[in-house]
Amino acid sequence: MASIKLDNLGKIYPGGSRAVGGVKLDIADGEFIVLVGPSGCGKSTLLRMVAGLESITEGEVRIGDRVVNKVEPADRDIAMVFQNYALYPHMSVRQNLAYGLKNRRTPKAEITRRVDEAAAILQIGPFLDRKPRALSGGQRQRVAMGRAIVREPAAFLFDEPLSNLDAKLRVAMRLEIKDLQKRLRTTSIYVTHDQLEAMTLADRLVVLNAGQVEQIGTPLDVYRRPASTFVAGFIGSPAMNLIPARAVPHLPGSAHAAVIGIRPEDLVPDPDGPIEMQVGAIEELGAQRLVHGKVNGADVTIALPSHGELSDRLRLNAAPEALHRFDDKSGKRLD
Amino acid sequence: MIENRPGLNILAHLVLILGVVIVALPVWVAFVASTRSATDFMSGTVPMWPGPHLVENYARMLDSGVSTSGTPPVARMMFNSLVMALSIAIGKIAISILSAFAIVYFRFPLRGLAFWCIFVTLMLPVEVRIVPTFQVVAGLGLLNSYAGLSVPLIASATATFLFRQVFLTMPDELVEAARIDGAGPMKFFRDILLPLSRTNMAALFVILFIYGWNQYLWPLLITTDAQYYTIVAGIKRMADAVDGLPQWHLVMATAVLAMLPPVAVVIGMQKLFVKGLVETEK
Amino acid sequence: MKRTIFSNQLLPWLLLAPQLAITFIFFLWPAGQAIRQSFLREDAFGINTSFVGLANFRALLDSPEYLESVKVTAVFAVSVTVVSMGVALLLAVAVDRMLKSARVYTTLLVWPYAVAPAVAGILWWFIFNPTIGIMPYVLDVIGYDWNHVSSKTDAMILVVIASAWKQISYNFLFFVAGLQAIPASMREAAAIDGAGPVRRFFDITFPLLSPTTFFLLVINIVYAMFETFGVIDATTEGGPARATNIMVYKVYFDGFVGQNIGSSAAQSVVLMLLVITLTIIQFRWVEKKVEY
Repeated sequence: MASIKLDNLGKIYPGGSRAVGGVKLDIADGEFIVLVGPSGCGKSTLLRMVAGLESITEGEVRIGDRVVNKVEPADRDIAMVFQNYALYPHMSVRQNLAYGLKNRRTPKAEITRRVDEAAAILQIGPFLDRKPRALSGGQRQRVAMGRAIVREPAAFLFDEPLSNLDAKLRVAMRLEIKDLQKRLRTTSIYVTHDQLEAMTLADRLVVLNAGQVEQIGTPLDVYRRPASTFVAGFIGSPAMNLIPARAVPHLPGSAHAAVIGIRPEDLVPDPDGPIEMQVGAIEELGAQRLVHGKVNGADVTIALPSHGELSDRLRLNAAPEALHRFDDKSGKRLD
Repeated sequence: MIENRPGLNILAHLVLILGVVIVALPVWVAFVASTRSATDFMSGTVPMWPGPHLVENYARMLDSGVSTSGTPPVARMMFNSLVMALSIAIGKIAISILSAFAIVYFRFPLRGLAFWCIFVTLMLPVEVRIVPTFQVVAGLGLLNSYAGLSVPLIASATATFLFRQVFLTMPDELVEAARIDGAGPMKFFRDILLPLSRTNMAALFVILFIYGWNQYLWPLLITTDAQYYTIVAGIKRMADAVDGLPQWHLVMATAVLAMLPPVAVVIGMQKLFVKGLVETEK
Repeated sequence: MKRTIFSNQLLPWLLLAPQLAITFIFFLWPAGQAIRQSFLREDAFGINTSFVGLANFRALLDSPEYLESVKVTAVFAVSVTVVSMGVALLLAVAVDRMLKSARVYTTLLVWPYAVAPAVAGILWWFIFNPTIGIMPYVLDVIGYDWNHVSSKTDAMILVVIASAWKQISYNFLFFVAGLQAIPASMREAAAIDGAGPVRRFFDITFPLLSPTTFFLLVINIVYAMFETFGVIDATTEGGPARATNIMVYKVYFDGFVGQNIGSSAAQSVVLMLLVITLTIIQFRWVEKKVEY
């Protein structure tokens, strides 16, 4: 087990294009960090730099108290779970789990013990002698996790490990991963583009955009106080409304902010409210309904309980503490 | 099937049966001839049904051959062909898989040049550069040797391309997982790449074995010592020698023996054979 | 392009070494020699060589014998390609109609691929042997006096049949694969549009098969030009009167029997240019196929 420190980490490809820049992050021992962002934001590159699969062109990676910039992936004491699992198709599950240990000259008895232990934790004991192609997607996912666990590494690295599963299994495995990490207390870095996965798994979130860190914080911190319009729009579903301040001149703070952010659930019907919304499309979700419409020409979505009739004009209000104010040019939070 | 027209189906069967007969005809005639005695050919036309001399003719050819033609016993020539075919097939696979591994999994200076050096061999069949190649082999003292028979034929762009293609379609994550699991390049090659390329190697082996066994011009040129004659090249010498004194039954027995191993490989491993054929032409 | 690669610098060269060494010694060096020798001429005793520029090539173009060989090669290559592809396509279309028996027929049709060209030559040479062969006997009945030892036409027919026979199985396999790749829905749609089987073949199947056909066209021409040495040598040895003296056979004959190294080398260079052209055509086709 170990802490991980990323110091001004950056990556410029040989062609000169920048993938990642200036990432500073201190990961405590046992912490679960999720790197989240849209595709192409550099989150996978960042993870692969920690793994040693991508060369580092700027800054430092420390695992424990060792700088590992030039250390081979195998010697960094990390284990990785890949999106497509990368199981060796010609080896049985047991051989897959044992391969990394065998290469490290772990004694036979120790390998057997660790493989059996991992198999018990992940409930893959009955499949140990099968080949990967004879397993279901969920079982393969467990084997990929097992391969990481048996190594008893200083850190787990997860590269979108759940994105090849169907929706139902994804939720179940999400819980299992969380549970497992709680039990093993192994430092983990987890990459995903799914903000819900990020929210539920992370001790701390790192939101990335275009190779730069937008915000680092606990899921609730990030949700409650998004540091920029990008984070505000990315975290939370349905996404936060980002309304030009001139469209809502009566709201507090709209005088010196360029953009006002209000989460859909924070906009509540109020006959005396200062905001008038023209109702457009309505999506019924069962427990609630999403109402899309316009406020002075700006697109707005609100979430309402799923009952009652709707008129085509609504007056809305929002509590002052539910308003997020952002700067126009930088998109940064103003308070 | 879109519609059932019995007439068309019967026609198709007829075409196919006719095709099978035409394809089989020369081999049948050769086989019949190989079961006859020398006197059966004096009367005029070749007989169409097998005679009683099958065991006698084949035993004689395998054991002693036709001494007047200067060729060794057919068993010896078949052994030479086997050595040549196996050396070529195994040699080609070995050097091609290594070079494909180097080209796909490493970045190094002059990599493009190395690739092109191999690529141009695709365009240089031995027949078109036969004279200078012969001079080189003669200069190296490789005439009348198994090395001379096989080594010049084992460089192959086709096999290298095939393995390159196979490697390129393997997911990147496999190497990455292996590297994290502590496998260096050669360990990755041995533990993961080789086992995963097994069927490609087998399919290629079938094609290359046939290629090696069927070589004609090359062994004809570089073997003057009868001990190194291969059967495909030897059969011509035998046919030439018996031209005056027609021992057709013996020549045809040799022809049948020359076909037997590669044909057996194709029929016995039809699936691998088709796979190999299709893959090498990609 | 692989994303992750090993960083060793020496190892890849060690891995490449065997192939590069063999390629250099037995391919590039001899090819270079052929090019060099094509510009040289040896004197009668083989002691002195002198640089003669393009004289060897000019001599080739002026040699009626060489031009005849080019013509013979063209006739031979086209005939072999047309015959073997035509028969193979017919058989492939017939097999494509079969459900259960397709496998059996395929097995019975593919094995000639394994027969060496030289052996194929010997087999057909025996069948067409003017004194004891069956075919001359059969032809005699219909009034044709077969003799490939004296008749130029007969000799050409013999080598074409022997070469095409061996290549049928190869073409057949690729045509079958090509036919199977055509979605059944296309033919079904045409059937619903009222096209009969023959019409369907020419309107739908054959056009959709054209990538396979083109590919086989190149492969068969390459086969007929460069891989049929064994057939020729085992049957006609280029005769009678050079009627089957294809270019590859002439290179060998002039170089080894005639000992005319300069001319043989010039012929090698011409052949290399031909192979390169054909290879490029084939690769162009592969690229196009990828685009679809």
